[in-house]
Amino acid sequence: MQTINYKEKFPMYVAHPDLIYLDSAATSLTPQIVLDKMNDYYTQYGTNISRGVYSLCEEATTQYELVREKAAAFIHAPSDQEIIFTTGTTHSLNILAHGISPDESDMHILATAMDHHANFVPWQNRTKNFEVINIDKDYRLDLSNLAKKITSKTAVLTIPLISNVLGTINPVQKIISLAREINPQIIVVIDAAQAAPHIPIDVQKLDCDFLTFSAHKLYGPTGAGILWGKKEKLQNIRPLLTGGDMISEVSSSKTQYRNIPHKLEAGTPNIAGIIGLGAAIDFIQSIGLKKIQKNEEMLTKYALNSLRKISGLKIYGPQDANDRAGVVSFTLKNIHPHDIASILDTQYNIAVRAGNHCAMPLHIETLDIPATARISFGIYNTIEDIDTLEKGLYKVSEIFS
Amino acid sequence: MNIYQEQILEHYKDPQNYGVLKNATHRDYALNPTCGDKVCIDMHIKKNIIQDIAFSGSGCAISQAAASMFTQKVKGITVENLTMMNKDDILKMLEIELSMNRLKCGVLVLEASHRALHNPIKL
Ligand SMILES: Cc1ncc(COP(=O)(O)O)c(C=O)c1O
Repeated sequence: MQTINYKEKFPMYVAHPDLIYLDSAATSLTPQIVLDKMNDYYTQYGTNISRGVYSLCEEATTQYELVREKAAAFIHAPSDQEIIFTTGTTHSLNILAHGISPDESDMHILATAMDHHANFVPWQNRTKNFEVINIDKDYRLDLSNLAKKITSKTAVLTIPLISNVLGTINPVQKIISLAREINPQIIVVIDAAQAAPHIPIDVQKLDCDFLTFSAHKLYGPTGAGILWGKKEKLQNIRPLLTGGDMISEVSSSKTQYRNIPHKLEAGTPNIAGIIGLGAAIDFIQSIGLKKIQKNEEMLTKYALNSLRKISGLKIYGPQDANDRAGVVSFTLKNIHPHDIASILDTQYNIAVRAGNHCAMPLHIETLDIPATARISFGIYNTIEDIDTLEKGLYKVSEIFS
Repeated sequence: MNIYQEQILEHYKDPQNYGVLKNATHRDYALNPTCGDKVCIDMHIKKNIIQDIAFSGSGCAISQAAASMFTQKVKGITVENLTMMNKDDILKMLEIELSMNRLKCGVLVLEASHRALHNPIKL
């Protein structure tokens, strides 16, 4: 199958023609079309939203609110009023951890051993009754362990749709129906930070209560993201931030909040960033997530085959390429991942991530290693990128032999 | 610049002063949370002199080679001289340039040593 070359749409490749960028799971590169849209805001109608009646402000408000519709369509949400603009996944998850059932201090909260710190620490801080679902030998969620840990008292279950280290695509729809069988009241949160750029999402089919993702992993800008929730669930959230724009009435004795989404959007937001997110969604939709997914599956299969040929290389993640995403973490003999990343960078211009990828519990408690090297794909990656990576890894091996 | 110079790789593959000191008077460690590098320092200090020093831990070639070279360098110097050492001394010792992120690996041994100075072992 022929890979499509999208590199020319991304100005980073103009500045660095030889760059082999394999770190899209950390942040994706930004296409010119998204940058142009943000530049339009600052140069053509760069005013605040919702606060003026003059036409430039109307234009800014219209463009901004249009993104709510785009985001709702992107994840098949029933209403654009259920789309909350945030600064990203971390912000969204903190809103939830702070705001769900605010008067209960020891509710039972379940996360997983493969969660990113952003979907771990806020919940751990929130309650004394925090537990973690194990993963099995093939680096998937252990569903029997999950069924055992969910009880009629479990208040929140939070799961990543795709692991940012293992690449595992969790069977979220199945998990949610299982969870609701045990406990119909359970609130299910989905961290879709890694999933949104790579697989189609339908929140109604999943039947989750909340779902969140970041613009900057989706070919959009940093500092913008989406929190989606079922309307009545969002309405019950105690706001993390209070202040301007989120109120309907303020007097010296009391304050009345507005309805969602505004209730959870205090202060002047990252207007250009949200508009950039809208452009990024358009960019993805114009290519089609199905096509993106297919291309990444092909790259992932190719990469798994290439890496498996290298002696002493160990891959952490499901062995079967079919239900894993374009994120592959590995170690090479006992060479520290930092050294792998440095050599690939300085000698081959390859950008890979090294470390625990904000998943320290997973590395230390489950994988029992301090760090891994990680490659991850975006739509600009090609088979040639992986061939160069393979060459680079042989060189790394040789330097440390 | 290729930071994996002969000298670095040699110290990494065959570290000097690796282990613990039975007669340590000071001990502490430093971590680099982004990559999991760890350097532990044992020192035997007497008459204000670093009489002996050893390191243990694990991590990338830069952090471990730096620890190996550093322990060689500071053995026999005064506590004040060790206190005064900074990142420039590490860079001079390694004879390479380090990016901001890799510098953290290089100075880990310095941080662990300075911490150890403040952490006498209670007998
Ligand atoms: C699975 C997952 N969750 C959450 C986050 C945090 O996203 P952000 O840093 O954009 O808030 C990341 C990003 O690294 C991630 O991969």
